[in-house]
Amino acid sequence: MKIPIIYNLRSLRQRPVSTLTTALGMALVVAVFVSMMALSNGFQSALTSTGSDENVFLLRKGAGAELNSGIARDAANVVAGMPFIAKGTDGRPLVSAETFVVIPLQRVGGGGMANVVVRGVSLAAFDVRRGLEILEGRKFRPGSREIVVGRTFARRFPNSEIGGRINFGGQDWTVVGHFAAAGSSFESEIWGEAEQFMPVFRGQVFSAITFRMSDPANFAGIKETLEADPRLYVDAYQEKEFYDNQGTLLNQILNFLAVFIAGIMAIGAVFGAVNTMYAAVASRVHEIGVLLSLGFKPRNVMSSFLFEALLIALLGGAVGCLLVLPVDGLVTSTTNWNSFSELAFSFSITPRLILYGMVFAATMGLIGGYLPARRAAKARVADALRR
Amino acid sequence: MPFVEIKDLAMAYYRDSQKIAVLEGVDLEVEEGQFVALMGPSGSGKTTLLNILAGLDKAESGSVIVDGQNVGAMSHKQLAAWRSRHIGFVFQFYNLLPVLTAFQNIELPLLLTHLSKQERRDHVRTVLDIVGLADRADHYPGQLSGGQQQRVGIARAIVSDPSIILGDEPTGDLDAASADEILTLLQRLNQEYHKTIIMVTHDAKAAERADVIVHLDKGVLTA
Ligand SMILES: Nc1ncnc2c1ncn2[C@@H]1O[C@H](COP(=O)(O)OP(=O)(O)O)[C@@H](O)[C@H]1O
Ligand SMILES: [Mg+2]
Repeated sequence: MKIPIIYNLRSLRQRPVSTLTTALGMALVVAVFVSMMALSNGFQSALTSTGSDENVFLLRKGAGAELNSGIARDAANVVAGMPFIAKGTDGRPLVSAETFVVIPLQRVGGGGMANVVVRGVSLAAFDVRRGLEILEGRKFRPGSREIVVGRTFARRFPNSEIGGRINFGGQDWTVVGHFAAAGSSFESEIWGEAEQFMPVFRGQVFSAITFRMSDPANFAGIKETLEADPRLYVDAYQEKEFYDNQGTLLNQILNFLAVFIAGIMAIGAVFGAVNTMYAAVASRVHEIGVLLSLGFKPRNVMSSFLFEALLIALLGGAVGCLLVLPVDGLVTSTTNWNSFSELAFSFSITPRLILYGMVFAATMGLIGGYLPARRAAKARVADALRR
Repeated sequence: MPFVEIKDLAMAYYRDSQKIAVLEGVDLEVEEGQFVALMGPSGSGKTTLLNILAGLDKAESGSVIVDGQNVGAMSHKQLAAWRSRHIGFVFQFYNLLPVLTAFQNIELPLLLTHLSKQERRDHVRTVLDIVGLADRADHYPGQLSGGQQQRVGIARAIVSDPSIILGDEPTGDLDAASADEILTLLQRLNQEYHKTIIMVTHDAKAAERADVIVHLDKGVLTA
């Protein structure tokens, strides 16, 4: 920048109204863009953090989702004996055969009914899944009607405090602990002992099996072995991939909407910038002539005016990001179409999203500033000086 | 060889395909260190001639040589670079950027050089001293009188130490006292700092300060 930046800053301050209205237009676009991206981001991270790439996830062949799947106890025993399963600190295989049922429950504060996942696990599940942590209370005791609930669940459903009783499957279940699971969808679930849930719900059948691989690099071989085993009749997925895929479609829709809606709004904001910058150039033709007469080159003038448009845009971008910051962490929910259960997730504004918002703003500024800046650079010095 | 040599210069403007001849067959020679006053009625082409000399505009025909450089043959890009090093231009209405302080206005031409920030500061301080405005460095043009603004304009014109100063009615907008100060300053630049000066003026009294007076009338130059 040959022409000093202070020239642009002070010139912008000379016309605060047009500067601010133009910036505000861009701020709104950026706010919409960032908040929609934050939504998709939060949704994505809820699902992504659910799966680990060290884990294998088994469903009945062709089931595609836990809800439709069924794996017999015999088969579960066969899997548990496989050599490629990692061992826990106690020497037992890190494998969790799980039941999966969706039940309707009343939300807190008359929020209506929502479907909730009740997952029957063994204590090994707490080790198979990384990032699982008891926040309050303790794990359930095997052989008893005790449950632990995810922290998102605890916030959204009544009687989920420690010692509270939740009724489902015709029984009362005592909440003995709250757990976190790195923000994943497990945090929206109820966990209890599979052996307790089986008789109440679906009999002696598991829905899915998850185990930790001792050598995650060998996933392809493990998958082949399991899927070929006639005793099992299962599909094997890398757990992370499985959960990532669940979110893909909704996520793509959200991202598309973010770009599409913000894109349409951006057209308006860009026209605002074009107008403002044309007016700025027109009112400063004489100053442009002076700068050129001093020996500044047309491209110096061009970059100075482009930069000025960029400044307006960055101001707008910053205001837009500030506008959406309060929605960060705001919890909303959607139905997870793979389990027809409620998946709670939060708007998640990350530094990367803020950067995207600022880049979006900068792009609007540069596009809007281009033609006016080019006109400024094309001024003929002798003519400009006579104005 | 004279410092400035204009030969058979012609210039015309075109409006709606109609030719308006402004300069015709202008010849002018100025020696190094000379102070020349250029007089003539309004519309006679004085500004046009000065613009061509400064490389702000291009003549239709004829040659312009300044300090051995063929100005007419240079491209716009070359002219911009040449102008910033060799020409100091002083305007009738000062042409300071209102949003910049006196200091920042004067510094502008130096931003095109490779001088460091400290060197630029020193240069600006030096010329502020020469024009007697050391205490007004941080004032905006709007906070200065006409005479003071013109002194800032002159400081900006000389800060990159050009060999030639072109003034287009530099006292045209000033009261008699301020005009007198400006003329004295220009004379000092001519005598102490050996700047070659070509100054357009309406005012016969101003012209008397110069070594030579030339008249431009209807596009033709007479002694
Ligand atoms: N860009 C232009 N287009 C057409 N005519 C012009 C232009 N600039 C100057 N002129 C005309 O050229 C003549 C000389 O102008 P100028 O050099 O400004 O005269 P002076 O400085 O002596 O008053 C005037 O008649 C003026 O109207
Ligand atoms: Mg004139």
